[in-house]
This record gives sequence, C-alpha cells and structure tokens, in this order.
Amino acid sequence: MNFTQSFRLALKSLSTSKMRSLLTMLGIIIGVAAVIIITSLGHGMQVYMNEEFESLGSNQVDAMIVGDNDSSRHVDIEDMFALVDRYPQYLSGVTPEHRASLIVRHGADEFTRTTVKGVGETYYSVERGTTMNGEKLAKGRFLSYVDAQRQQSVCVVGAYLEREAFGGNALGKTLTLSGVPFTVVGVMDEYADVTEGSGDDVVYIPYTLAARLSGTSSSEYLFAATSRETAPAAKGLVERELFKIFQDSDRYVVLTAAEMMDAMNTMLDLLMTILTLIAALSLLVGGIGIMNIMLVSVTERTREIGIRKSLGAKPKNIRWQFVIEAGTTSAIGGVLGIGFGILAANLLTWVLSMALGSENSFRAVPTLSGILVAFGVSVAIGVLFGYLPANKAAKLNPIDALRYE
Amino acid sequence: MEHLIEFRDIYKIYHMGDSDVHALDGVSLTVDQGEFVAIVGQSGSGKSTAMNIIGCLDVPTSGSYYLGGVDVSTMDDDQQAEIRNKMLGFIFQQYNLIAKLNVQENVELPLLYAGLSGEERRTRAVAALERVGLADKRKNLPSQLSGGQQQRVSIARALAGDPSVILADEPTGALDSRTGREVLAFLQQLNAEGNTVILITHDNSIAVKAKRIVRLQDGRVIYDGPADDPRAVVQPEEQEEAAV
Repeated sequence: MNFTQSFRLALKSLSTSKMRSLLTMLGIIIGVAAVIIITSLGHGMQVYMNEEFESLGSNQVDAMIVGDNDSSRHVDIEDMFALVDRYPQYLSGVTPEHRASLIVRHGADEFTRTTVKGVGETYYSVERGTTMNGEKLAKGRFLSYVDAQRQQSVCVVGAYLEREAFGGNALGKTLTLSGVPFTVVGVMDEYADVTEGSGDDVVYIPYTLAARLSGTSSSEYLFAATSRETAPAAKGLVERELFKIFQDSDRYVVLTAAEMMDAMNTMLDLLMTILTLIAALSLLVGGIGIMNIMLVSVTERTREIGIRKSLGAKPKNIRWQFVIEAGTTSAIGGVLGIGFGILAANLLTWVLSMALGSENSFRAVPTLSGILVAFGVSVAIGVLFGYLPANKAAKLNPIDALRYE
Repeated sequence: MEHLIEFRDIYKIYHMGDSDVHALDGVSLTVDQGEFVAIVGQSGSGKSTAMNIIGCLDVPTSGSYYLGGVDVSTMDDDQQAEIRNKMLGFIFQQYNLIAKLNVQENVELPLLYAGLSGEERRTRAVAALERVGLADKRKNLPSQLSGGQQQRVSIARALAGDPSVILADEPTGALDSRTGREVLAFLQQLNAEGNTVILITHDNSIAVKAKRIVRLQDGRVIYDGPADDPRAVVQPEEQEEAAV
C-alpha cells in the first residue's frame, strides 16, 4: 500500500462526509487565512514604508540633542555649518529643525495645535522637489538662504492653514507668531489628511527667527550626506563633533535614514511575528479539531479496521492510512485558507486604496514564503495531530475490532 | 508428510475477574492440505477461539501452532499480518465488506496489502469475481447486492489472495436456507478443486457437509473423525443440554 493509494483512499473517505470534513477543516482554514492576511499586510506595509523612506532621501543623517540644550554646553548652528564646510566629500548640507513654541494667530483665530518649525534653506531640496520630510511645495517658494541670514519675517504654511485660515488663498497674506507678523511666501502641498494637528498643520519660518523668538536653540539637526554610501561616514563625523561639544555620548542620538528604516523594519518584523504567532494559535486549535474528529472516525471505523487487519493490513498500514487522512484534511484546509487569505488581502488593498485615495500605493501582497510556510505548517499540524488517533487505530486488536458493533 | 495446520497442546486462558476461563484446554489437532474440516460446538465450546488462533487473529496462552510448518504462535503483529495476508482467506458470517468501497475494491484489498501492482490486482480480482459469478457487479457497492451476493463477494475476496487455508466462520448464518446451501455447495466445490477449507459452525446440519468434523466442548476436542460417522452428530451431553 503506497502513498498514492492511501491518498486516494483519504480523499474518498473525506468526500463521503463533505460537511463534516469542511467543519473539521474550518479551524485550519481560518488559521491559515489569518496568517496569510497578516503576512500580506506586514509585507505590504514594509514595502510601502521603505518606498516612503526612499522618497525622503536615503542620504539623510538626523542628529537629536537629548536633555537641556541651554546649559554651558550647547550646539551652535555655525559649528554645524563649519563641519559641513570641512568635509564636503561627506556632507552636503545641514539645517536645524527647530520646533518653536510660538502662538499662531490669524486675525481673531488662534491655532493652538499648529507646529512651528525653524528650518534653513537646505530643508527643501529643489532637485528632488520635496522637503527632508517628503512634503512638496504647492505654491510660491520655500525659505531661502537670505531669509535666514537677514532674519526676514516670511513663512511657508501647510495645507491645513492654507484652507482654514486663508480660505485657500494664503500667498502674500500675513499671520502672527507670538505677535510678530510673518508674510506667507509659500504653501505646502497636502501631505497628511489636512486636519488640525496633522502634518499639514505646520508653519515653516527661518531658523534664526525661531531661535530668537523662542529664546532656545534647536535640538534637532538634519544633515544631508553626499550619497547613501557616505551616510555612515557622515554620521561618524557628526557624532565626533557632538562628542567634542558635550563630552558625553548620552546627550545626543545620531541616526542615518537607513538606520531608521532598519529600526522601523525590525519593529515591524517583531509586530508581524507576534501577530502571526497569535494567528498560528488558531492553527493549533484547528489541529485539535482534526484530532478530535479523527478519534471519532477511528471509533466509527473500528470494524473496518478489523476487516483490513484480518485481510493482512499491518499496524503501520493502518497508521499510515489515518495519518494521511488527517494530513490530507489539513492540507485541503490549508489550500482553502490560502485562497481565502489571498482574496481577503486583495479586498483589503482595495478597501485601503478607497479609504486613503488612489495616490496611495499601499498594497497587501501575499508573500510566497508566507504561503509556503502556511501550507507546510497546516500539513504538519494535520500529521502531528492525526498521529495519536492513527496510532490508536493501528494498535486495535483485530478480534475486538472485528466484533465491534 | 508435514501437516498444513498443527495444534500442539494449545491452551487459551482468559482471566475473568478472579477466575480463569479455559477457552481452549489442551487442544491438539492437525489438518492436512486438501481437507474440508468443520469445527463444531455450542457457544462457549471454544470454537471461536480456535478459529481466531487458526486465523492468526489471536495467540495461544501456551502450546504451539504450526501453519505450513512454521510456528506462528510466537510471531509479532507484523508477521501475523503477513501470514493472514498470504496464507489465510476469511469468510465471515456478516460478510465484512467495506461499505464505501465497491465490489472490486473490496476484493482487491488483500492484494493491496500484499503490495501487488494495480494492474495485477485488477486482473486477479476480476478472475476471483468471475469464479463466484459476480464479475458484472464489480462496480457496485456492497449495499446494492443481496446477502447471498455479498457473501459471494467475500468468498471472492478470500480467494483472490490464493490462500493455503479458507477459513469460514458461520458463513451461512446470515443467509436464508437456499442461499446458505448455495454457499456451502460453493465451499464444497472449492474443496473439490483442491483448496483446504475449515468451516466453523454450531449447526450440525451444516457441519455434515464437510468431510471431517472436529467437535469441541468446554475447550476440549470430544470428537475428531469423518463427518458420516453417527457419533459426529449425536452427542449424549448435547442432548442433555438441549433438554435442560
């Protein structure tokens, strides 16, 4: 009795009670579908985030100052410019990203949740057409070198303020920051969902003014390395410079975009692993369901087992028959689960693209490895949980089995 | 000449609570190639136990059982399965066909466990079904056949493996008398063709169709001789029991 015969026998035995077979498979179907959906979403999210990162420029190096920046040791922006000038082969520019707590007003309206960022002209790349955060300019211009040097009261506003404060016509208008009037010279494109407090609720002003009006210095500096390859070396240079200032490596954190991407991917991987394990729990439950039904099936077919033994079936033949039957059950369940999972992933992609707008390129893509692992695990679970009932069948005494009513 | 079947002082003892039940109490007997033996006895006489041991479905508590010159009483499960497959053909009272397999698949089962190829299984199963006159029903399910036909399928299944011994356990018990006679006639024909047939029954009128009768009572052989001897059928103790 070989594998194909056992397999055919298993299919026959499953098809004689379709409803029961389907219910037996249900746990496996749900478990496998859940694993496929989660891995698809995770993979899609990873691809999406990596694409976003690529669009920001993978040569970015981000330096964050931790703790009080106004003690005797503090970063002077001129030192940072000097650093860039000293190593033109590694660094091509730097800008503070100075989050200043200033009160934003337009006429009688106060915008308490608006973020005010003091930045330099390097923050916006003309070649790429985006800021270091990936925002695009919709109208007017971005802040210039001269704006920072002369501390000109000009600003660039986000799409939220453009709509809410200026009714879609902000260019040339004025708003006040802590009482100082600023002229709007540029408007950013929609970046987030144009709501209060979102990435669109923002005002960019020259970093020199941000420092003067807030009375603090920036705690974040964004460097542009000359290329992706020089980014790690650039990071080293920035770290060395900051250590010279603080004499304490706990006072700053320097990350390259690639590192941030890696950190993000690691976090995402961990999250996906946990979610997949939770989904895999339902596979375990499915396996127990299979074991349960197989035990019932062995009892129901005791007489058949006795007949087969009287005709010369060895214990291993009987064991093999039931193990293959359990494995086939879970394999079919696995295939159905994979089908449902892929279907659901595509449905989710469609729903998300509807919800986020068609420009959004998020796609839940089932991975081949996810599919193979889900299928392999489901077969393994069937075989594993089928073994106990199969062994019970194999060990039945032929006389007792033949006499069983 | 070597005996086909040889029981040497076989005991089978079951433990029932505190007492021991001697289902077989020192049975010795031999069966030669080509014989037609009926093992007869009341229920509880030990005939079923004897049939189980002959059929390698059970092992004796003590004593030796030689089948074809080989001691099978000490074999393990796998070896016994192989002996059942190669040397024994069973015919049961309840036919014992597998309901979800069709007639031909049922007949092929022992050949499947013997490891024969699909082509060879088909040829031999069809040949066996032709012998019992059911070749045209080979795609039917057992439930679509009459009792007599099902028993003929089970005979075909027993024949398909070309066994040394055909072991029939109350083969007519579930059949009406006319079909029962047909089945018995078929067993006689098989014996006439040279097959060794062992028939287990409680019914004297069936036992006399065999050539030789072995009568068991309380686990012991109380008669072993030709079927046409009056002592084979009439037993004083039996009449007494019947009277009680």
